[in-house]
Amino acid sequence: MKCDLCNKQAVVHELTVKDGVTTEMHLCSEHAVEAGFSLPKEKPVAQLLASYLAASAEPPQPREKPQKCAACGLTFGAFKKTGALGCPACYDSFMPTLGQIIERAQAGASAHVGKRPGGSDDLRRVQALRAKLMHDLEAAVVAEQYERAASLRDEIASLDAGAP
Amino acid sequence: MSVPFTAALSQIGPESDVIVTSRVRLARNIAGFPFTSRASAVIRQEILRVVQQAIERSPLGAASADAPTALAWTDLLKTAPHTRTLLAERHLISRNFADGDAPRAVALSRDEHSSVMVNEEDHLRIQSLAAGGALSDAFDAAFAIEEALSARLNFAFHPRLGFLTACPTNVGTGIRVSTMLHLPALKLSGEIDRVKRAAEDLHLAVRGYYGEGSESIGDFYQVSNQLTLGASEDSVRDDFSRKILPKLIGYERDAREAVLSHSRSSVEDKVFRATAILASARLLSANEATKLLGAARFGVTCALVRVPLSTIQRLLLQVQPAHLGLIDPRASESEEAEKEVRATLVRQAMVLPAT
Repeated sequence: MKCDLCNKQAVVHELTVKDGVTTEMHLCSEHAVEAGFSLPKEKPVAQLLASYLAASAEPPQPREKPQKCAACGLTFGAFKKTGALGCPACYDSFMPTLGQIIERAQAGASAHVGKRPGGSDDLRRVQALRAKLMHDLEAAVVAEQYERAASLRDEIASLDAGAP
Repeated sequence: MSVPFTAALSQIGPESDVIVTSRVRLARNIAGFPFTSRASAVIRQEILRVVQQAIERSPLGAASADAPTALAWTDLLKTAPHTRTLLAERHLISRNFADGDAPRAVALSRDEHSSVMVNEEDHLRIQSLAAGGALSDAFDAAFAIEEALSARLNFAFHPRLGFLTACPTNVGTGIRVSTMLHLPALKLSGEIDRVKRAAEDLHLAVRGYYGEGSESIGDFYQVSNQLTLGASEDSVRDDFSRKILPKLIGYERDAREAVLSHSRSSVEDKVFRATAILASARLLSANEATKLLGAARFGVTCALVRVPLSTIQRLLLQVQPAHLGLIDPRASESEEAEKEVRATLVRQAMVLPAT
């Protein structure tokens, strides 16, 4: 509703009944002050909101670990932004904070019950070696060490030849 | 891709009056590699190579190519956009996975019930679809693939947390069970919101026709589990097969009985208006067609409409844009041409709408 005296939003609404005749008055904050109404200095809703926000602000978290994954370099901040982890090692890197996040998302569950991966320890050993060689190969290509890259490629090929 | 209608989406299975399809998806990653979003093109190519080799050397590989469960490798970088959209419409790959130019591939079973997406959000997304409520078939098919690959790939696994996934909300079993339900009577009677709240209390997500973030069209709803930690694969399967699905089926069937006996006219009105439009319209959008086919499906399950349920299922798939292009290439020429091809297809199939 607009102020009776200008185009601004009315904040004071007064209804007067005199001798059976009803008159309405709507005034903006400036015209209301001019007319002698006293307005509260601060809006109570804003006050409430501010005190609510102050109360719910989290206390600074004690740092338990450097919050960066040693294996892939992902920061905990980057994870919080996207919700996506960088590599399997991130799980251990971001404990115990990540554990609490998982527990909340999983209705309180904190441990896997169920299937375990098949395959032998030998398979795991070979594949771990293979992943390491791949990592080295990538680094060699980036550093333009082509001889080293070629020998790494041969090593990977010979691992593959013996794969199950 | 040459056989258009082998997809589980267009078939009829147990409890098909309420359950359209059942799907099981397993998320797996290979130890020692960064997750897909942080993997370079070189690493992504390497993951493709390792997985392709594991599939080929497994019992699901080329040696058994004639078996319906044999997996055939498709490099999506070498696949036309139209074909990728077809795969997405058949729910064999995700919509996100259909787009983009990163190295990625999908291994498809010959019967088109199973697929393995490689370099999706996780290195491997193994999924199986089954018609109707044949959830156990989907479980068996997905785990047959998982076990064949598990013997050849070193899956990232944590002794306490289980299978490690790119998003910690999938950690543990990595299982997502997703059932597409048709709940027109619960919608009509206004009980759907109560059912949704009850499902959410059981940590189930209820979504629309196109999955995450989508609205329900044609009274189709996707119900899926949200928890992946703390319950074994078998108990997830049992929860769905013995508790959750029978309960939801029961609610919908009771609601159908109730609306048919108490407000038969409103059911008939909804159904016959829909079949009349389907049998007469000259232009139909995909959304409108899906909505009307949902109402017609309701009519079929209540014996009000004499069209086979399999026809409705087939049409629900065929009215999608890429599938329309298979029927008539003119569909891709303009928006109006697409709507016209769709209306013609539906009209010819729905010539006998009412009893």
